[in-house]
Amino acid sequence: MSKVLIIAELDGHKLNASTAKCVTCADQLGAASIDVLVLSDNCNEAATAAAALSRVSLVLQIEAAHNKHPLAAVLAPQIAAVAADYDYVFGPSTTFGKDLMPRVAALLNVGQVSDIMSVESPRSFTRPVYAGNAILTVEVPTGKKIVATVRTASWKEAGTGGNAPIESISPAADIPQHTRFVELKAAHSERPDLQSAKKVISGGRGVGSAENFDIIYKLADKIGAGVGASRAAVDAGYVANDMQVGQTGKIIAPDLYVAIGISGAIQHLTGIKDAGTIVAINKDPEAPIFEIADIGLVGDLFEIVPELEKKLGA
Amino acid sequence: MNKILVCIKRVVDYNVRIRVKPDGTGVVTDGVKMSINPFDEIALEEALRLREAGKAGEVIVATIGPADCQQQLRTALAMGADRALLIESSAEIDPLTAARALHALIAREQPELVILGKQAIDDDCNQTGQMLATVWGRPQATFASRLEVDGSVARVTREVDAGLETIEVDLPAVVTTDLRLNEPRYVKLPDIMKAKKKPLETLALGDLTADTAPQLTATKWAPPASRSKGVRVDSVDALISALKDKGLVA
Repeated sequence: MSKVLIIAELDGHKLNASTAKCVTCADQLGAASIDVLVLSDNCNEAATAAAALSRVSLVLQIEAAHNKHPLAAVLAPQIAAVAADYDYVFGPSTTFGKDLMPRVAALLNVGQVSDIMSVESPRSFTRPVYAGNAILTVEVPTGKKIVATVRTASWKEAGTGGNAPIESISPAADIPQHTRFVELKAAHSERPDLQSAKKVISGGRGVGSAENFDIIYKLADKIGAGVGASRAAVDAGYVANDMQVGQTGKIIAPDLYVAIGISGAIQHLTGIKDAGTIVAINKDPEAPIFEIADIGLVGDLFEIVPELEKKLGA
Repeated sequence: MNKILVCIKRVVDYNVRIRVKPDGTGVVTDGVKMSINPFDEIALEEALRLREAGKAGEVIVATIGPADCQQQLRTALAMGADRALLIESSAEIDPLTAARALHALIAREQPELVILGKQAIDDDCNQTGQMLATVWGRPQATFASRLEVDGSVARVTREVDAGLETIEVDLPAVVTTDLRLNEPRYVKLPDIMKAKKKPLETLALGDLTADTAPQLTATKWAPPASRSKGVRVDSVDALISALKDKGLVA
């Protein structure tokens, strides 16, 4: 029977929700065990959270000062050393996993399956290509370790209630000095996290300015939504890069997605295809966003959005 | 720096509407416009700006693919690359094979910096730069939105999910580009004429790496599941009532 190793993603010292999504994907493999590997300078909080996920068999932790920041070049050799005993090594398809997992795969001399959407068989997976305009089924030849990233928008978080043991390890690995963390400028927000929010309100170029984005924030706060943006809005400097939704930004799957002043380039639509209900508000009735919206409203966003904000929950 | 190597990929142009072949063996590429992968164009622009700032001597552009890739290499030369290398391969190759071939090229050319796009917009793998850095045993700075080279160190700001992360890497290193690193220049007609005279060398994939066996087998291509046709509403009240019906707002 096969064994799965999942590389935990941390936000500071907290376990990122993407790890629980990887567990759900791994659960489809019919494997004997699913272990989670936590690398940090202080593993306790994340390891405890990982141990509580259902279906997790064992949590391994490598606690070391050099694991304080998630530098791929530093983490990968440690992961590759642990991976020797495993058939599968999975990580999330977030910027953390996208940066790290190909480095792990190359150290293990194998290719990587990027962005698993579904498990067709223990060695066969579907993944999006061409910005989600085609779905490719790939098979990994037998005898090879399977290194993969899991497309988080395709999977729900595993439940809790587990009680896996936690084991500290220190695998032999050369830690390179050639890559050094300098700083992280995180956009602090009290709003729900874009990637796990149940509701997301996004603004595009049509919003017109950073100041005008206030009406988007107000509406989001009224219904407890996260706030996203199109590439055009980020490029124009209305909002920070971490709010970008789309092929090269975040791929999200909220229950409700409201696109305001977003025309709907295919690169943006890629990021929201898995949303439950898509609402589009745009003055251009021909905007491509209406082709995939479940509910469309044509009109001036500067009239519609304040009215919507006022009437919702009133 | 003496040399910067920029790796580019020929892909279906980003404006083309992708159609999956009815027999599920791929996407339609016959008669379709092909271009340099947009992220790789950003990589080339960054290399050219470093050279123009006096921080690099030569910008070499390389690609792996069929003979048709010469078109994209000529475009890269017209943008300003000094010379081009085509690693010829008629078969599709995966990122690990690409990384091994490019590593052999690095051994020959000895660049101090390699820049390439973070992903190609056809297979969306997002692997080649990281794998190249690994087989080379050198640092990687992926998803760059700012790159500063100072002597033998590069300081790179990366677009990550949490915000903007800055790291420092010792050269030589691999940098992969994100969208906001720069805006690539347009190619002017006289430059296209000049590019015809610039050197373009062809190498065989097999001469650079012996191991070209595919890591994955593509078994089926399918169009994505389509969303059902939506409705139009004509007022905010109708929108709220539709959302209430779905239980999405109180």
